[in-house]
Order: sequence, then structure tokens, then C-alpha cells
Amino acid sequence: MKIGVITFPGTLDDVDALRAVRYSGADPVELWHADHDLRGVDAVVVPGGFSYGDYLRAGAIASIAPIMTEVVAAARGGMPVLGICNGFQILCEAGLLPGALVRNAGLHFVCRDQRLRVDNAATAWTGDLAEGQEILVPLKSGEGRFVADAPTLERLEGEGRVVFRYAGGNPNGALSDIAGIASENGRVVGLMPHPEHAIDTLTGPSVDGLALFTSVLKATAAA
Amino acid sequence: MTSAATAVDSVENAIATPDHAQPFRELGLKDDEYARIREILGRRPTDAELAMYAVMWSEHCSYKSSKVHLAYFGETTTDAMRAKMLAGIGENAGVIEVGDGWAVTFKVESHNHPSYVEPYQGAATGVGGIVRDIMAMGARPIAVADPLRFGPADAPDTKRVLPGVVAGVGGYGNSLGLPNIGGEVVFDAGYAGNPLVNALCVGALRIEDLHLAFASGTGNQIILFGARTGLDGIGGVSVLASETFSGDEQGSGRKKLPSVQVGDPFTEKVLIECCLELFHAGLVVGIQDLGGAGLSCATSELASAGDGGMSISLDAVPLRATGMTPAEILSSESQERMCAVVRPEDVEAFMAVCKKWDVLASVIGEVTEGDRLVISWQGETVVDVPPRTVAHDGPVYRRPVQRSDKQDALVADVPDALPRPSGPDELRAEILRMVASPNLCSRAWVTDQYDRYVRGNTTSAQPADAGMVRIDESTGRGIAVATDCNARFVALDPYSGAQLALAEAYRNVATSGAVPAAVTDCLNFGSPEDPHVMWQFQQAVRGIADGCAQLGIPVTGGNVSFYNQTGEQAILPTPVIGVLGVIDDVAKRVASGFTRAGDAVLLLGTTRDEFGGSEWAHVVHGHLGGRPPAVDLAAEQRLAQLLAAGAAEGVLTGSHDLSDGGLAQALVEACLVGGQGGEIALPDGLDPFVALFSESAARVLVTVATADVERFAASAAAAGVPLVDVGRTGGTDLVIRGVSNLSLDELRGSWASTLPALFDQSAG
Repeated sequence: MKIGVITFPGTLDDVDALRAVRYSGADPVELWHADHDLRGVDAVVVPGGFSYGDYLRAGAIASIAPIMTEVVAAARGGMPVLGICNGFQILCEAGLLPGALVRNAGLHFVCRDQRLRVDNAATAWTGDLAEGQEILVPLKSGEGRFVADAPTLERLEGEGRVVFRYAGGNPNGALSDIAGIASENGRVVGLMPHPEHAIDTLTGPSVDGLALFTSVLKATAAA
Repeated sequence: MTSAATAVDSVENAIATPDHAQPFRELGLKDDEYARIREILGRRPTDAELAMYAVMWSEHCSYKSSKVHLAYFGETTTDAMRAKMLAGIGENAGVIEVGDGWAVTFKVESHNHPSYVEPYQGAATGVGGIVRDIMAMGARPIAVADPLRFGPADAPDTKRVLPGVVAGVGGYGNSLGLPNIGGEVVFDAGYAGNPLVNALCVGALRIEDLHLAFASGTGNQIILFGARTGLDGIGGVSVLASETFSGDEQGSGRKKLPSVQVGDPFTEKVLIECCLELFHAGLVVGIQDLGGAGLSCATSELASAGDGGMSISLDAVPLRATGMTPAEILSSESQERMCAVVRPEDVEAFMAVCKKWDVLASVIGEVTEGDRLVISWQGETVVDVPPRTVAHDGPVYRRPVQRSDKQDALVADVPDALPRPSGPDELRAEILRMVASPNLCSRAWVTDQYDRYVRGNTTSAQPADAGMVRIDESTGRGIAVATDCNARFVALDPYSGAQLALAEAYRNVATSGAVPAAVTDCLNFGSPEDPHVMWQFQQAVRGIADGCAQLGIPVTGGNVSFYNQTGEQAILPTPVIGVLGVIDDVAKRVASGFTRAGDAVLLLGTTRDEFGGSEWAHVVHGHLGGRPPAVDLAAEQRLAQLLAAGAAEGVLTGSHDLSDGGLAQALVEACLVGGQGGEIALPDGLDPFVALFSESAARVLVTVATADVERFAASAAAAGVPLVDVGRTGGTDLVIRGVSNLSLDELRGSWASTLPALFDQSAG
């Protein structure tokens, strides 16, 4: 099983995502923003950071990078894609996920260990979690407030596509406490918190995040 | 003057016009310094040369007031202390060997004045500058920490400066992908109008990747890479520009840019990855970052450290402004630039790596035979100097050193007569008041704006006593770093106060389970022209150097920041000490605070009635006087060895250093950080107030499983470390017998709400 992790100029958490893939037992594959090549991977992680400096808008430039043409096409074909933080922003900008991420309500960058409630354990990335389960993973972002228009929100809620919700306090003013959402087919998931930083208690607050990376192994095997 | 707007002040022109008046005083040069430059060159300097000498001979770059004192570090560093040092003072940053083929480089620097003028950019570019120093050693930057000091927490100017500084540190460091693992936030009226923004960076490298800044090998190419060179940060050199351009439409109408540089962390992040790829490909002979004094500094330092001369063509420098003069190009402090020396046959490969990362790179010159630094511009030679005279042969001052009489009054004003709380109610109220005070309350409002997780190697970060990061995933080898300085102690006694700062940082590193290995310092002081300030400086340097010699760990580098004063009012003398420690396996680190219920709480060290310069005297009485706590570096060393052994054996389940606020504060923090309450009995024979609030040094709280108490006590006795079993962890309250029950919720409410109440400006 090969899972690709994209590096854009300004990507920061690629090393962490690669490590999480390794911890899950899959083979990590480095993907380069300027290539039109997914190198035969079975799933893709779009990691956190400040791609292209987040100039223009967070994720806006990365969403039209050569590699993203391939990711969008593969995702439409059912390949599991996980966007973390800046990766979530990129997937929204690329049109793979609805809504947008805007400046935190408190106007500050927020780094904290964040409790999340799992609201959908049926996506490609959450099969190893249980609905209603609470997990603890780091959140670290300045533009993490999820927003969408009312019909979109209604649809997300109605279709059960809210995957993670902030628990124990909303850190950034996200609508409906939304921390992460999924595509219609449940193959593409984006979330602001960082599961790749919660894979080892030596370096993170829990090992809860590893479940996302192990979940996808089964999802791709089943596909 | 002939058509000055277009004429370049070439060497030829300088020879032809020896009597041309030059604005050297406006550039900060003294009459005798200007005369010395003329003597070195045998003619008047060109505008470009004058700009180079002026900035390189400034206090900031030349250390002209501090040099004679800093020499003491070299005199007191023994061969044993040098054994693991691969690079020391004088390099971009010090480097020490840490085992398994790894080396670590680290350094702390100041960016105080820019941060006062423009808090966000000043702080941001402070981070950027120190990170490039670390890159210039061939290392990957792996962590940052920022010791910050501000005026009173409730002062309007602090509200202006602090949020911007914190956002700048976070905005730049977070975008670089560097975990922020420590630092300090201190408030004191002594910093009103002169905040201190210090930035520390740690980098890791394989020993064979060590790069030093020198330009050798005739024919080797000089490549400038990174951002374009613009008009930002050219500071004083603008006097030359306005003169050169006087009367000219294009010049007089030109927009002036602010003197504080503007950072672009994205460019720096890309530059980091680009540099590391260049290093690993073996494409770099020598490298230097462009920081203060820009190209003036980089070219003269590279050339004087090499074995030949250097020729540079300024026409090849990519500019982002039109009409820049040679003096401006040489003085520009535009950020995110590096300068490399590259073998001619490697230039193509070098450029290919830069292209991959979209980093602009240009060959701007080469290493030449001979010993001159020659710089040309539009076909004319504008600089022709012996590079050492610019980089290293600046003036050296022996400024008057004089302890002021006011020091006697300060020392005589002992805290003994200050009213002390007595009885449980007063002690309880005082604990809560102290916990909520600006210097002791939770720093989360600040540190939650910093990414501490990125790169996935952080095993401890704030509010732990020391930050710790893993450098090798296969072996678990890691480093710990802590910075400290109680400047009130330094004000009372600069020699022992500086040693107390050293002792605290050393102890904090030891508390984490690491073994202290090296020291960096950022010496923040007032004006060197004030003999009392120079006395403080001299005493502090001696204190640090003597202390390091006694502890057997070297100072590997640092920075001096003078002129932190407004009018006659200097800041508190603030030698911030950073100590770096090494741990064989980060899995053996000791967590901060009470991490488990049912463990024994042991107080290590000796508590005395010591309140001079204490946080209690400061918070409750606004008092500063007397003597600081006694320094006992031998006791600190015994304590550190005991802690290292305890960590290696895995016997310590938690630990916390005692410093500002004494035992009371340490207990509160141990409970709140670790998440466990505790029941504590104060040591027999001590007045409860003294036991709770004294700031005696060489003390630490540790927790061990109750079954291990006897064994650990025996180790402590053998090591000569006093130990008192003061209680047990557990529960939801901090119970101090005979004093008070304090619920953790109540303590957290007091501890956590102060900074948000002062600085939160969100619209809700």
C-alpha cells in the first residue's frame, strides 16, 4: 500500500505526514508540487503548512499546482485524499470539498491540544474510529474557521458529511463547530486539526490520530 | 559638486577629490575613526567604502565597546571545555558535538530596537536572522525559543508592543515550520520604552556537514541567493543617498522606506530547504548569511576569513528598487539572502538546485589572488579595501568602568523589613495574588500562538522547564534548551546575578533529564557610555565566564545589545542565558509537574531566608533592593548530576525547578501543568512564609514512586543534595497543611486569566 504526501514550496508538515504513513504500516511516497505524477500511490495526503506562502489566499495557489490536477482527477475517480490544515484549505480551493476556511474569530494563531467528536466513522479515513468517539489531536492554525453558505451547511449536515466537530469549546468560531468534512462519496476528507501530530505519546498528546492513517489502508484495500 | 545625481563616487574620484566633505558623523563615525579609515586607505574613502566602514565599525557589528570584556570568555575556556566544541565565538553560531555523529549549533540574538519601532516586523525578522545564522553553519534549524521582556503588563505601550511582537514571532516561526519550544515573557517597569526581543535558534547537523564562513580558492565564484536587494533597512546610509541625489528630481522625490526590515518567511522556508539540498550535494565551499550590514558584512567577512581577495560586481545583484546607489546596495538589510562560495565547476549544479526551489541566484563575483576586496559598479571601482580592516580591525574602546554610588544604596535597601504575611488566610491570599501576577501567571496566551508540534520531534515545550526536541529518530538522541535571566538579581549584583541566570537555565535543562553541555548568551544592557552600565556589563561577563568555567561548559556564542535605554534610564541589566543540554534518549525525559497520583513529592536543595530581588518583593511591595540569593554552583552541579542519573534510571516521574515565586509557585505550576493535586507538608524548622516564597537557588521539586523514595534519597545523600519528603501527589486540590486548601480550578482561574484579560482584543 503506497500513500503519497505532497510537498509544495512552503509545506511544513510533510515530514510528519510521511512519518504517520510509516507508523500506519503503509509505504510513504513523496510527491512534488511541480510534477504531473502521482507515482502509483493508492491514496494522497495533502499536508499542512503555508504553501506558496499562502499568498493571495490560503491554499489558493497550491490548488492550481500541476500535482493538484492529478489529485483532483484521481479523487473524482474515488482515490482517498486527506487534507490536513493547509491541505484542507487547498482541497476547498480545488473544489474537492465545499466551504472555506477563514481567519480565526479570535484573530490569533491558535496552537492547542483539541478534543474532537467523530460524527462520521464511515469515510475512507475514519473507519477505525467510532461515531461519537472523542479524540485528542493538536490544532494549530490562524485561518481555521470553517464557513459555508446556509444551503451548503444544511446539505453537509443532512448528508452526514460533517466528519469531525470541535468538542469542549470552539477554538476558532467555525460554523456548527465543524473541524472536518467529507466529500459526497466519503473518499475525500479535510480537517483543520493535525492527526499526524497525534501518533506517538512521546511527541503528541495521544495516539488518536493514527486511526486516520490506518483507516485508509482498509478503505483502499476494499475499493 | 558636479552632476552628483549620476556620478558614482569611484576610487578614482576619491583620489581626485581628497577634500570632498563626507557626512561621516551622521553615519555614526567619530572624527578619529574617520581619520583612521583615511589612514588605512591612504586617501578619503568613497561613499560606498564609507558606508561599509560605518556600518561594520558600528557597535552592533564591531563589538567595539564589549570586545575587551568578551575576551575574558576565551581566557576562561579550558581545553576540557573546548573538547566537544567544533566552532565557537566569532563564527555565525557555536557548534558542539553531541554524539552518534551529530552536532548541534545554537545561538541567541537580540532584535530589540526594531521591535520597539515596528513590533511585528521587528520580532519576525529577529527570528529570520537567527535562523539564517544557524543555516550558515550547515545545519537544519530544528527549534526556536524567544525570551521577551516588556514594560509593565498594564502599560498602554506594552499593549501596543506585546501583541505585535508575539504575532511576529509566531507569524514568522510558524511559517518556517520550526517548533517554538521555550523562551520567556517578563514584565518590568525597567523595560518601558525598551522592550527586549531576543531570539534563539537550534540547528542539527551531521559533523561532516559543518560549514564555515570563508572564501578560499582563487577563481571560486561568489553567489548571492534568496531575496532581491531593496531599500529596506538601510538606516543611516540614507544620508549619503540624500546628498548624492540632492537637487535631482528623481532622487529628491524618491520614496523613503522605513528603516525596519520586512520579513518574508515563505522565501526563508524555501531558502532553508534549498540550502540543505546544496549542502548535501557538496556544492558549497563557504557560506555566510546576510544580516546586519548586508553585503558589506558578508563580503568583507567571507573575504577576510579566506586566503585570497575578492572581486564583486554590484551590477549583478538583483535589485527590487531602481536608482539604488552602491552604498545602498552594500548596506541594504533586505531579508532572506545568503552568500555562498562555490567552485566554478559546481555553479551549474548550484543553479539547478536554486531553480528547483524557485530561489533567485546570481554570481556576483569571485575569489581573487591578492588581498583586496574590490567592488565595481557600472564599470567603475567603488570599493578597494583590505577586507580585514572592515570586518575585524574596527576600533576597540576601553570605556570607563565605574560602579556608581547608587549601587550602595540599592544593596543597603534590604527587604527584611517588608511586611510579611502571617497566618493561613494571609498566606493563602498571597499565593493567589502571586499566581495571578503578570510574571508568574500562565504564558499560554503567548505560547498558544506558536506552533510547538511541527516536525514531530518536540518532546517538551512550554510550560515545561526546558524545551526538548529529538534529533535522531532511530536512536532517540535529543537536545534540551532553556533560557533564563532574573534581571532584578543582576541589578542588585551583576556578577552573582548573571551566575544565577546561568544556574537557573542550567538547572532547567537538568530538570528535563538532559545533561547541560553549552551556553549562549544575549547580553542586553544600557548605554556603554555610562560607566555604571559598563561596570554591570563587565561584572556580568565575568560572572558568566567564571560560572561556566566552574560548571565546565563553554560559551559557544552570543550577542551584545547596548543602548537599551531612554535618556538616562537604562534597562535592568539583562544577560539572558541559554543553556543547551544533551539527552541520549528523549524517551527518558522527565515530564514537568505532578504527572501521576500517589507519588512522593521531594524537595531537593536548601531553602534560606532570601528575598532580595524576589518576585514576592516585586509583586507585593514593588521593592527592589538588598542582595540576590546566594550562588552555589557546586550545589547546582551536584543537583544536575543527581537529576541526570535519576532520569537515566527512569526513577523520576516528574520534576519542576524552583525559581521566581519560590516553592509556592512551583507547587501551583506542578499541579496545573501535570494535572494532579497534591498534599504538602512544609519542611520542619522553616517559617511557612520563607518556605513558600523564598527564591533560594539550587532547588528542584521531583516526584518518584513511593517505593523508590528510599533508593532515591540514598542517591541524593550520596550526591550531597539535601532532600525533604514534603508530600504526595493526587486529588483535585493543592493542600498545603497548616496553610490552605486550594482547588486546582480556583488556582487555574487565577493563573490562566491574567494575560487574556490584559491582551485579548478579539471582537468576541
